[in-house]
Amino acid sequence: MRAKILVKAIPALLGVVLLLAACSGGGSKSNGQSGSAAQQSGPVKLTFWTWATNINKVVAIWNQKNPNIQVTVSTPAQGDALVTKLLAANKGGNPPDLFQAEYQALPSLITNGVTADISKYVGSIQGAFTDGAWKLVRFGSATYAIPQDFGPMMLFYRADLFKQYGLAVPTTWDQFAQEAATLHAKAPKRFLTTFSGHDPGWFAGLAEQAGAQWWSNDGKSWTVAINDAATQKVASYWNGLVTRGVIQGQPMYTPQWNKAMNDGTLLAWPSAVWGPAVLAGIAPDTKGKWAMAPLPAWTAGDQHVGFWGGSSTAVAAKSKHQAQAAQFAAWLNTDPQALEALVTQGSLYPAATQGQSTPSLQKAPDFMPNQPTFFQTAQQISASAAGFTWGPDVNVAYSTYNDAFSKAVQSHQPFTTALDAMQSATVADMKKAGFALTNS
Amino acid sequence: MSAEAAQTQSRPARRNGGQRRGRLPHNSHARSGGLAPYLFLLPAGLFFGLFLLAPIVYAGMLSLRSSRVQGGIIGVRKEVFVGLANYGAALSDPELLHSVLRMLLYGSIVVPVMLGLALLFALLLDSQVVRFARFSRIAIFLPYAVPGVIATLLWGFLYLPAVSPIRYVTDRTFLPDVDFLGPRSIFGSVANIAIWGGVGFNMIVLYTGLRAIPSELYDAARVDGCGELQIALRIKLPLLVPALVLTFVFSLIATLQVFNEPQTLRPLTNTISPVWMPLMRVYDLAFTDNNPYGAAALSVVIAAVLFAGSYALLRASTKRVFQGR
Repeated sequence: MRAKILVKAIPALLGVVLLLAACSGGGSKSNGQSGSAAQQSGPVKLTFWTWATNINKVVAIWNQKNPNIQVTVSTPAQGDALVTKLLAANKGGNPPDLFQAEYQALPSLITNGVTADISKYVGSIQGAFTDGAWKLVRFGSATYAIPQDFGPMMLFYRADLFKQYGLAVPTTWDQFAQEAATLHAKAPKRFLTTFSGHDPGWFAGLAEQAGAQWWSNDGKSWTVAINDAATQKVASYWNGLVTRGVIQGQPMYTPQWNKAMNDGTLLAWPSAVWGPAVLAGIAPDTKGKWAMAPLPAWTAGDQHVGFWGGSSTAVAAKSKHQAQAAQFAAWLNTDPQALEALVTQGSLYPAATQGQSTPSLQKAPDFMPNQPTFFQTAQQISASAAGFTWGPDVNVAYSTYNDAFSKAVQSHQPFTTALDAMQSATVADMKKAGFALTNS
Repeated sequence: MSAEAAQTQSRPARRNGGQRRGRLPHNSHARSGGLAPYLFLLPAGLFFGLFLLAPIVYAGMLSLRSSRVQGGIIGVRKEVFVGLANYGAALSDPELLHSVLRMLLYGSIVVPVMLGLALLFALLLDSQVVRFARFSRIAIFLPYAVPGVIATLLWGFLYLPAVSPIRYVTDRTFLPDVDFLGPRSIFGSVANIAIWGGVGFNMIVLYTGLRAIPSELYDAARVDGCGELQIALRIKLPLLVPALVLTFVFSLIATLQVFNEPQTLRPLTNTISPVWMPLMRVYDLAFTDNNPYGAAALSVVIAAVLFAGSYALLRASTKRVFQGR
């Protein structure tokens, strides 16, 4: 998701400026009308905190069609920063009616009483999504949000350089490791990819593919298993590649990484469906040179992959108009017209299955004209993508990832030690917060 | 000119006790003034209370509370009173100790180098041998006007191997490659940004202090046979001590508050962890862990240390420097 945030930063910032201008006018009005008498006579007014690109254009369609439920978009922050603002607004008693939340942030928003249980309003639209997508918004027996976009993982690679160095597109991680070694032997200044100690969401997606389940619960207590066998396998694998020096150990999303992606220092990128938009922003010179293939598998033929990024639309527990808000959220993420607009205006990859085959997704992404079947392949990959059941303190696990994995790469410590650090920090935090835990 | 002069003039008055005798009628006059002085104090007091005391009290209250989950597998967080538990957690956090050690190392580079350079430049500019003094003064001061975040981004690009022009040159010549973002060199790199930005400000403070020294002292020194260097060491430096103490205290406080540079540099490198400096730990607690209670406790601890430290230092130095002679 960070990827998208970066790509969208500039238009979103412009949006913020415009929206602030719009809000400063609208805010006072809605305050004035919050008396009960005014609410019954006038249309229901909903505020929606989101950072999706051009989402106001999609919302405009709704506002035109539904004069009785008017939605105002506002972008006070993005991603984790928006979660912080939501927690503060909720405490202050003036949260928005609707907000965008990344999947891994939902549990924390639920335990803090920010997110409403909307099961009774949206049960009927479950069929619009794959099981994998719907599971991301279900906690216990309740639904807390509606999936908007998601990021099934896939492999991007420089088709031209792969050919130049005689590399085959890897279908398994073993093969990926071999290609990395081959490439580095042939061209010591080039690397197949990089391992980023700054992108826990990326690593979590890779662990999901290996069958890890960092959090699970039996309805009574939680089990945290961040250092389980599957994740250890993934960590040790990347540890080996970094230690042998056949891939880089530098973080992604730095000027350094941008340059490496643009000038061919890095040849491949295990990423997600939104990859082309990021590449277009950071590596403009390589247009038409990248290709996409399914992520390498741990056992040949296994098609199951994890998610990197994506977010949902949730309703605030303190909203006075939960039914209307849920109605809008359902429309936004399942209505064909809304989905088409999300895809064309917002460059989102919708979580709704119907959205994945909208007319504008029938052709190649602008940045990868060489791959006309990009979105057909993406939809096949999406069908078998599944993620974690996120636990209530992903923020702690992620922050420990940043700390521990950066250190491990820097000072050549085993990655499994970093995993243990994540595990113990997460368990300690949950214990302190008072969750029932099976971990000792 | 004025500060130093005023000080030397007021000294005799204080010594002969004139002030003490003069104060009595003033005080009794104030007492008879009734509410008036308090009314005059009210606006300032109101703002002081609202925007300084109230947040401090609120932070103090927050630091004694925490949130605990109740009911169900996901549950709902409720705010509860936890006494000094947050302080215990803050003080027993091994990361905090490491970050304090890193801060001390950083400070031990920044403070002497920055003040040394500032003093050197101030003395050079004040001496009569330097040409283009005006231009140099502005050029040295200019980095202070660059916001810390922008300065850090600027230096960040110079440090990152793939985009660094420095690396471009060393790659193409016999010069050795420098890793600016290595586990050891990072301290120098971060300190360098602070020094680059801070030398100008401190230089101006010291230079102003130098200009305030009466030139008769120099004439007298020259008559006694002093050269420029001796004037600098024997006349200027001793008279500059109050200004040096001031800049020293400012630099110490800035060191304790170091945040902008490492926080902005962090996304660029593995070397800087999210809790690399004490204030980054506060930020991490508040905005990553969503634990404002722990952040409040740690803030109170840091503020207490800061306050006690500056108070002790200023008290000691005031005695010695401003009155002791």
